[in-house]
Amino acid sequence: MALNPKINRRTLLGGAATAAVAIAHTSVAKAVQVGISEKELRADDPTKAPGPLPGERGTRSPFEKAVKKPSDISSRTPLQDLYGIITPSDLHFERHHAGIPALDPAKYELVIHGMVDRPLVFTLADLKRFPSVSRICFLECSGNYRGRGTNEKLSPQDICGLTSQSEWTGVMLSTLFREVGVQPKASWFLAEGTDAAVMTRSVPVAKGWDDAMIVYAQNGEALRPEQGYPARLFLPGWEGNASVKWLRRIELSDQPFMTREETSKYTEPIKDGKIRQFSFTIDARSIITYPTYPAQVQKGWIEIRGLAWSGRGRVTKVEVSTDNGKSWQTARLQDPVLDKAHTQFRHLWPWDGRETVIMSRVTDQTGYVQPTLAELLAARGEDTGGYHLNPIAAWRIRPDGQVLFRPENWK
Amino acid sequence: MSEKTTFSIQQSLGLGLAGFLLLYTLQACYRANGGDLPDRSHTNRSQAGDTLGHPSRFGFGRPATAREIAVLDIDVRPDGLGLPSGSGTVPAGKGLFSARCAACHGVDGTGGTGGRLVVTAFTAKEKAIGNYWPYATTLFDYIRRAMPYNAPGSLTSDEVYSLTAYLLHANRLLDSTAVLNARSLPKVVMPARKFFVPDDRRGGPEVR
Repeated sequence: MALNPKINRRTLLGGAATAAVAIAHTSVAKAVQVGISEKELRADDPTKAPGPLPGERGTRSPFEKAVKKPSDISSRTPLQDLYGIITPSDLHFERHHAGIPALDPAKYELVIHGMVDRPLVFTLADLKRFPSVSRICFLECSGNYRGRGTNEKLSPQDICGLTSQSEWTGVMLSTLFREVGVQPKASWFLAEGTDAAVMTRSVPVAKGWDDAMIVYAQNGEALRPEQGYPARLFLPGWEGNASVKWLRRIELSDQPFMTREETSKYTEPIKDGKIRQFSFTIDARSIITYPTYPAQVQKGWIEIRGLAWSGRGRVTKVEVSTDNGKSWQTARLQDPVLDKAHTQFRHLWPWDGRETVIMSRVTDQTGYVQPTLAELLAARGEDTGGYHLNPIAAWRIRPDGQVLFRPENWK
Repeated sequence: MSEKTTFSIQQSLGLGLAGFLLLYTLQACYRANGGDLPDRSHTNRSQAGDTLGHPSRFGFGRPATAREIAVLDIDVRPDGLGLPSGSGTVPAGKGLFSARCAACHGVDGTGGTGGRLVVTAFTAKEKAIGNYWPYATTLFDYIRRAMPYNAPGSLTSDEVYSLTAYLLHANRLLDSTAVLNARSLPKVVMPARKFFVPDDRRGGPEVR
């Protein structure tokens, strides 16, 4: 939007056939006049008309096309299009169980009751009066893996897009536990949302005393509705569904409630016919975000980049292989390297133009090394299903520079 | 519900809680000695030590009344705590299911956009109520809070009991003449229950 659209560049230049005359300096320092044609003065030259004035809210460049990839129940973060470790809030992945409720923050209340000395109701304003803490953490869905089959045209977003990272701000749940006087015999609490699923999960009280938060802000502003506006539970390092959004109620109990999500849904068959339940913690995972499908690369220097994280603590090492797993090199970790947080890694590599396969694996502070899918299936059995799968992901680089995902053969 | 029904989760939690309390005590010792906690670089835990200056209570929030808690407190535990009065039968549930549920879950609950609910062989590969759900009370809790998908929370207690009865019967877990209520529902034993085990991953090098 120009200040005055009636004054265009042609008017300013007096309508001359030669659009401009410039003084150019030659290599022997001799000044000559050079005529510049209208064609060379680009019609969209941003230096020839003032731009828009400051506004109330910024926008993305229209050239930037990164978007989430939605399905009926989730929407995946475009990991391959992002930089650094913070996920833009509007590109944070989504997973809901009955859509996004529209909640008025002025009417918001959180009730904490059950095995407490003082059942209390907190408004959003009450929550914001408590000491406020901020923490950068990933949030990942336990169902965050796709890669079975034969499809090579999968991006990091397709394979692993149900993870995102934000700076979360709110009040420690332990602060609220003290306020209500959680009784010593309370061992679990129920967290319940205000969505149409009235989503519920049982969570060990120990997590509440440890590092659980009730958060109301994300990346410096109020939570997005998709992330639980105006307040949600946040459980660092744990599977996303347990961080119940649109939180309306916490009930302290001496046993888990065995809700639908923690019995028939977010559980996984393991060996010997057993079904693993309350598998909250996200095991360590890494994924290369460049070069990956749909990138096209050229022979020469390539900086391999990606993200690594662990629900059990800090990332201590990321290794990259550029020869299909035969040898591994230690990648650089980009500061900050935070507890239970996406960490960026980088590895500079001269590609010789020959077909190869690249992959990454992370080690976390507990000594856990990211496994292959075969190792996971050997540990859990072939029928384990799709939860808590964190295998090494591999990318095939063809001589023509096309990068393709290497899918896993698994029934 | 007997204490056995929570299997070993309380035991394992007890260990976890003990470990946490030990850690908490250790941290307090570090602070009392004026020393820093070990390895505090990049801990990303801005709350560590934050509570030292906190009062025992801030006095924020207001007391919750018994009435407002009762309105919200719709959860049902495996021991039956939270089940309302009322009752339901298999025939009543069958009619309700056809009218309110079959569009998404298929005729007789055998599958649709909302997923399969009924299996008649326990060894069926698909996850359904009869071969995968460990607690019958979960059916009541979930139907009452979240179903039907297009009108959640619209069913009466009697209707929820009846739908629960029908689904248990269709999965061959309840006699067709049974009456479900707050006393009888927690007594229904689900075959899958014995397969559920708490998380056995503990961190460290082992892949589990």
